Amino acid sequence: MTDQAYNFAYLDEQTKRMIRRAILKGVAVPGYQVPFASREMPMPYGWGTGGVQVTAACLVPEDRLKVIDQGADDTTNAVSIRKFFQRTAGVAVTEATTAASIIQTRHRIPETPLHEGQILVYQVPIPEPLRFLEPRETETRKMHELEEYGLMHVKLYEDIARHGTIATSYAYPVKVEGRYVMDPSPIPKFDNPKLSDSPALQLFGAGREQRIYALPPYTQVVSLDFDDHPFDPSKAAHDCDLCGAAASYLDEVIIDDQGGRMFVCSDTDFCRGRREAGHVGALGVPLAEGGM
Amino acid sequence: MGAAELSILAKQKQTEQPLLAVRGLTKRYGRRIGCAEVSFDLFAGEVLGIVGESGSGKSTLLSCLAGHLAPDAGTVVFDTADGPRDTVRMAEAERRRLARTDWAFVHQNPRDGLRMGVSAGGNVGERLMAVGARHYGQIRAQAVDWLGRVEIAADRMDDRPSAFSGGMQQRLQIARNLVTGPRLVFMDEPTGGLDVSVQARLLDLMRGLVREMGLSAIIVTHDLAVVRLLADRLMVMQGGQVVEQGLTDQVLDDPQHAYTQLLVSSVLQV
Ligand SMILES: [Zn+2]
Repeated sequence: MTDQAYNFAYLDEQTKRMIRRAILKGVAVPGYQVPFASREMPMPYGWGTGGVQVTAACLVPEDRLKVIDQGADDTTNAVSIRKFFQRTAGVAVTEATTAASIIQTRHRIPETPLHEGQILVYQVPIPEPLRFLEPRETETRKMHELEEYGLMHVKLYEDIARHGTIATSYAYPVKVEGRYVMDPSPIPKFDNPKLSDSPALQLFGAGREQRIYALPPYTQVVSLDFDDHPFDPSKAAHDCDLCGAAASYLDEVIIDDQGGRMFVCSDTDFCRGRREAGHVGALGVPLAEGGM
Repeated sequence: MGAAELSILAKQKQTEQPLLAVRGLTKRYGRRIGCAEVSFDLFAGEVLGIVGESGSGKSTLLSCLAGHLAPDAGTVVFDTADGPRDTVRMAEAERRRLARTDWAFVHQNPRDGLRMGVSAGGNVGERLMAVGARHYGQIRAQAVDWLGRVEIAADRMDDRPSAFSGGMQQRLQIARNLVTGPRLVFMDEPTGGLDVSVQARLLDLMRGLVREMGLSAIIVTHDLAVVRLLADRLMVMQGGQVVEQGLTDQVLDDPQHAYTQLLVSSVLQV
């Protein structure tokens, strides 16, 4: 199965050791962005090369890998990354969140609670949460070093001044263990509460920006807010039309030319699991009858 | 104020800790002298003007005082909440904390002192948020209040400074700096680059704020009208050296040093 032209999981052992050192440093200092020498990967930067390198450095032959993009296992991006590791590492793959030992993700945290021993690897486009208002890298590093985070609240202030509420809905900034302010990658703020106190190890890889950061298991992660505008993870006022889930993150899907639409769980594995267990949403049919 | 009163005042001040005590402050650029052996005391509630032509060392001195530039020698002792501390030898983290709490810095070019991509209200609120303010409504209320004090209408508070005139931008920069009630304000040519009529309005406003808040400030300028209006005391610099210092009216009306005489007479000709 494994393509013998490559080392296990594509990267050479030297590179993997270098990445593991960065990961260990990240685990030791939760939320701190560790620089690393990002390698060329056989895919474009926008495809999650940072996450791929972190996954490659963590994989062992016994692993069972799950890859999701926007919650789905079957998008082009997820499929190609999964195939990449099947080919270069020969590892088992799965779509079941509970069965996976490593999950690489773009834009979502699975709905099914993670457990101890699992690793969640995020693909990160822009790791620096302060960049929005302070483009100078030397200055943002200094601000992290000295815990000068007032600027982060200026961003939220501007949101409220302009929109009447904190309009930031993705990549919503968090503070880790009361110390580092961190960009959780462009996950919906709906997922932010799942970042905190997770039994799983969470690793973040930014390929183009050459940064790795981490949240060790059971790390406290708090979403920034104002006393009079508290953080609100917000959820669409619908249940999943397929499985009836009331508390999962939903995608709006257009289902016909007449503008008909339905709301379905963005986490496809979660939704299927519920339907297999007999849950049926407003527009769904029981799975056994071969519904969509 | 008579001479007797002045000497009483001077005696009172000797017993009081200066807000800023500067000794032997020196900065060289290679062989060239930026400023040399500058010493003075600034007491709370005092405004010190530093005048001189460009190249006189006044801007270098201000940069060294405010911690933007590391001097080669000398001490800058600031009376912090924890007692007098030499800010030159302080850890950078502590100096930066001072810079966003007890100190403020008004740049000549408002673009250097403002965040041009952030609304006027956000610009004023930044220092409040930097020291821990977390109530949006209160931050906004304080921003409105301060914009009012610098004569910027409340309905402009959500506009970005790029939509403001030069004079408005400078008033916004002042509001942004004063909102946290700093104990010492550094100003670098605060009226430079503005039209004369705009300058007059800004000066008037600054004089009001200085009196109202009892501000302690160090103002660097080449414009003697600015110090005449704002400064209690004056320091005249030439070639990196302080050539004369004293009460503003005294120095301007009865200059002792030849260079000061030249400065004063050239302003009279304008
Ligand atoms: Zn569902």
